[in-house]
Amino acid sequence: MTGASGLLGAGVARALAQRGDDVTVLQRRPAGLGLREVLADVADAAAMQEAVAGQHAVVHLAAKVDVVGPWEQYQRVNIAGTAAVVSACRANGVQRLVHVSSPSVAHAGSSLVGAGADRADPERARGPYARSKAAAEQIALGADSDELAVVAVRPHLVWGPGDAQLVARVVERARAGQLPLIGSGAALVDTTYITNAVDALVASLDRCRVAHGQALVVSNGEPRPIGEVLAAICGAAGVTAPQRRVPVRLALAAGIVAQTVWPLRQLAHRRRGPSGPPLTRFLIEQLATAHWFDQRHTRELLQWTPRVGMEQGLAELASWYASRP
Amino acid sequence: MVSAADADGVSRTWHVLDNGVEPTAGTMLCVHGNPTWSYLWRRFLTVAPAGWRVVAVDQLGMGWSERLQAPRRLEQRIDDLSALTGALDIQGPVVTVAHDWGGPISLGWALAHRDQLAGVVLANTAVHQPLGAAPPGLIRLARTAALRTAVCVGTPLFVRATTALSRPQPPEAVRGALAAPYRGANRRRSVGDFVADIPVEADHPSRTTLDAVAAGVEDLADVPTLLLWGPRDPVFSERYLRDLLARLPHADVHRYGRASHLVTEDAPETAEHVWRWVGDLGGRTADQADAVAAAPPEPTQGSPLLPWAALEARAGDPAVAVAEVVNGKSREVSFAELEHRVRLLAAGLHAVGLKAGHRVALLVPPGVDLTVAIYGCWRVGAVIVVADAGLGVAAMGRALRGAGPDLIIGVAKGLAAAAALRIPGRRVLVGSTSVPLRRALGSDFSLADLAELGLHADLPPEPAADSDGAVLFTSGATGPAKGVVYRLDQLRGQIDLITAACRITPNDRLVAAFAPFALYGPALGIGAAVPDMEVTAPGTLTARALADAVAAIDATVVFASPAALRNVRATRGGLTPPQRAALGRVRLVMSAGAPVPVSLLRAVQELMPAAEVHTPYGMTEALPVTDVSLVELEAAGPGNGVCVGRPLPGVTVRVSPLTPDGRADGELTAQPEITGEICVAAAHVKDRYDRLWATERESSRTAGWHRTGDVGHFDVAGRLWVEGRLVHVLTTADGPLTPVGVEQRVEELDEVEAAAVVGVGPAGTQQIVVVVVPAPDASAGVRRRRPRVLAEPALAASVRAVAGVSVAAVLTIEALPVDIRHASKVDRARVARWAERVLAGARVGRP
Repeated sequence: MTGASGLLGAGVARALAQRGDDVTVLQRRPAGLGLREVLADVADAAAMQEAVAGQHAVVHLAAKVDVVGPWEQYQRVNIAGTAAVVSACRANGVQRLVHVSSPSVAHAGSSLVGAGADRADPERARGPYARSKAAAEQIALGADSDELAVVAVRPHLVWGPGDAQLVARVVERARAGQLPLIGSGAALVDTTYITNAVDALVASLDRCRVAHGQALVVSNGEPRPIGEVLAAICGAAGVTAPQRRVPVRLALAAGIVAQTVWPLRQLAHRRRGPSGPPLTRFLIEQLATAHWFDQRHTRELLQWTPRVGMEQGLAELASWYASRP
Repeated sequence: MVSAADADGVSRTWHVLDNGVEPTAGTMLCVHGNPTWSYLWRRFLTVAPAGWRVVAVDQLGMGWSERLQAPRRLEQRIDDLSALTGALDIQGPVVTVAHDWGGPISLGWALAHRDQLAGVVLANTAVHQPLGAAPPGLIRLARTAALRTAVCVGTPLFVRATTALSRPQPPEAVRGALAAPYRGANRRRSVGDFVADIPVEADHPSRTTLDAVAAGVEDLADVPTLLLWGPRDPVFSERYLRDLLARLPHADVHRYGRASHLVTEDAPETAEHVWRWVGDLGGRTADQADAVAAAPPEPTQGSPLLPWAALEARAGDPAVAVAEVVNGKSREVSFAELEHRVRLLAAGLHAVGLKAGHRVALLVPPGVDLTVAIYGCWRVGAVIVVADAGLGVAAMGRALRGAGPDLIIGVAKGLAAAAALRIPGRRVLVGSTSVPLRRALGSDFSLADLAELGLHADLPPEPAADSDGAVLFTSGATGPAKGVVYRLDQLRGQIDLITAACRITPNDRLVAAFAPFALYGPALGIGAAVPDMEVTAPGTLTARALADAVAAIDATVVFASPAALRNVRATRGGLTPPQRAALGRVRLVMSAGAPVPVSLLRAVQELMPAAEVHTPYGMTEALPVTDVSLVELEAAGPGNGVCVGRPLPGVTVRVSPLTPDGRADGELTAQPEITGEICVAAAHVKDRYDRLWATERESSRTAGWHRTGDVGHFDVAGRLWVEGRLVHVLTTADGPLTPVGVEQRVEELDEVEAAAVVGVGPAGTQQIVVVVVPAPDASAGVRRRRPRVLAEPALAASVRAVAGVSVAAVLTIEALPVDIRHASKVDRARVARWAERVLAGARVGRP
């Protein structure tokens, strides 16, 4: 399993180990999971070959996830890294590969309303993360064969207690008063509670032979208006929900400026604040348009259904925040 | 490309679309008009069923067929087509399909191939250009020699104008494809020649051929015929449809309300409809045959009497038959007088040429004159057409134009509206004998003139019980208003059912503040009063007006729409003690037309303490179907939907269970707790939808049953619960969901005034959205002018807590779109489209 230091990676590694699988994790820094561990960069082909030798299956999660930064980094970690994982799997006779992807690989900016898992398209995907992940998914699914069953799983907006991506960023920005509501806040957005995402990845590993060659979007299947999602996360964390409303067009214009200005400000170290620019064009589109998916095929194929609903997930998030000093 | 000798033996190259199928079932021969080509029929090829060869020709000089050096006459074109079908070896049964001036050519072919002819389909065409009558304006314009060359040949104007008639316009790809063979003046010669070949003048060389075709058509009575019509066609207006119907009275007709000249482009469903129709030619289809087995027991035969039998039975009776009550004063007519006036009017109408089967639009408010007009028309055998302004003026115009009346009987206001709305038919003025007014309104007679004529004229023979009696209109809450045709025996069935359901005896007297029932007093054989109200706005009935009408005839029974009763409740404070006493003597109150809240029924009960309060369920196509009293409703309590009680005696109700994707395809059942489309069989169910062949086919696809388009279920006690409209069923990943049950639970909340439950997203994976109209804020005293689209968190939480299903979003809105007639049927489809836009992140706007 690559990339076990994040919330999702750690969760999957633990879940597999708990049910008795013999798990080896690979990432750059120690994950502290008490499992057999290889410290390496996924793009390091030789290290990958060594780590994969003797494994029956690989779950490939390691990726650079961000909204800014130079393309070369995305290219190296996400594209070259995936290529290294795939060739290591082939060379070592690995039978199953679960490639963790993202719904953004097939998203060209318009709203997604009950969408299926369209083909990954590096040409049309928005931003360096989505573009590099699209190319990576093509490489992974391109390796699907009789010997190596590959399935690409695209969890949509994973969140939960301890999540440093979505939840932490939302809360941090709300606290700093930097989280406006874009448009009416009514765009329906689906998310994935961490427990469900972990279950779905474990299921993908087990159902790899059935689902091979396909890309599957995974989500809670409970889309909510984005304004409600943000307010609920803020509420769980005990911070004030966003009140400020910004029209979509204005936000887009501001986003383009910020996208340009932010790297300069970062260079100048003029100001400390939440990491990443306030709003990029990519982020604004994510916040202002619908993103939800038809989950019927995924659920049937993986024989999986989400265990934790939105309500319960939010309650767990709230008690996690409440238990923190 | 096919080579065939033309009518004169010259070899010609034709362009033909041919699916090349071995015609085990038959061949469809499609003939386009001017200036289109076989492209027009592409969908007919793609959806052709197995065993059907489809041949769509490009006429010579047209499309991609060979260009001509000289004009081609109608007669030659008919022979050309015969030569081509010979060369193509078209054997066995043939259904001809044609559009525009392809119509006469295909009919010419059909008349020459009677032995092969299995069916005729015609779309926006004509076989007759009456001398003296102006031909279609555009054609007339295009026919002047100089203009013809300029418009048709020299420029692509005529070619392009053909697609420009459609609203909305077909996509550019389609417009381009239709014009593609006509690029360059040298390719358009025949377009101009075609226009010149329309025989407008008596000595036109093609006149004889067209007249022969027109005469021949009248011999096609044994050939199944389907007419497809785009009523927005400025070229072939509805006048031509009426002409065709007069020649082909047996024809099936479907008018596609929004379609213009290119009906097959504007209504792409024509292809599937035509194939369904063709499929029926071989006899009953499989599913219809299956359904016969499930057909209900033959309803108990009502008496063979006609609707006016009860009126005739009281012919000499001096008791009040109809009373119009205005400001407490009553204008009355006795049974004796009414019967006399009906006879005179019938004889008068007959004398001026009204015949059995003619249609008469009635634009008269309820009262004595309307009653006389209705029964007079029925006595002649004419068909009354009743479209009220409750549809909205524009929709009323569309409805009346579609029904195509031969005669309009109207008050001055009605006739003025008929002129403005371009309703065809001769005019009879009601309520005034002023000659200048009558002339100004284009009317030859007043109602009084006709009665006078009737003094010296004979009554026509009584019509047959199975002849058409009425065209009524649906409220159009879920699409354009549909005409519904009733036969006289079906109307009689309705009257018998009402008599039985209300236990009407000759001692009863009726106040009717509900449009269809206002006409039925004489048919029920009891006196009736019409209260003082704006008939097209039921919400204008005041408690005082109702009480005055009740007092005027000492009424025992009251019929009123929910909207009327709502206003009665609101104005009950103004009642005087005698008025209250009059209401206190009513024994039965019936309210129908839309669901009636229990709270309203309770208020009505307080006003009329001696009355049983009932609310029957039904629709324009079958009324009533079930009945329930306030007492029974209180006993039933809340449930999934609106409890409408048990089927009335003689009415059989079943449900057709829903499939997971929300279609009602299940076998009919009366088992409890199964949700499906409500299907009705009874003697008083409509005969058919008017000039909507495909709609009728769909609604009666289970033979013997009317599919209501409502969904619901029976409970274990045999009571029917209505859960909404079939088209409003949500299809979630967990299966279909009907909206009404959830709406009722949400509407129980104090902070909610009204709610609509709709689905967003693709069918089968829809998300549930609740759109609420917030109640006026009690603390602020006023409602916020425009609520935020996303419900406040507290409201959203309350809604989710009671909804009982997983709600994706709670939106707020100022008001829900409702129908005009009842002001209560929510257009959930429109709400759904709005919610879909909003929840996709688009600007909010209004539904």
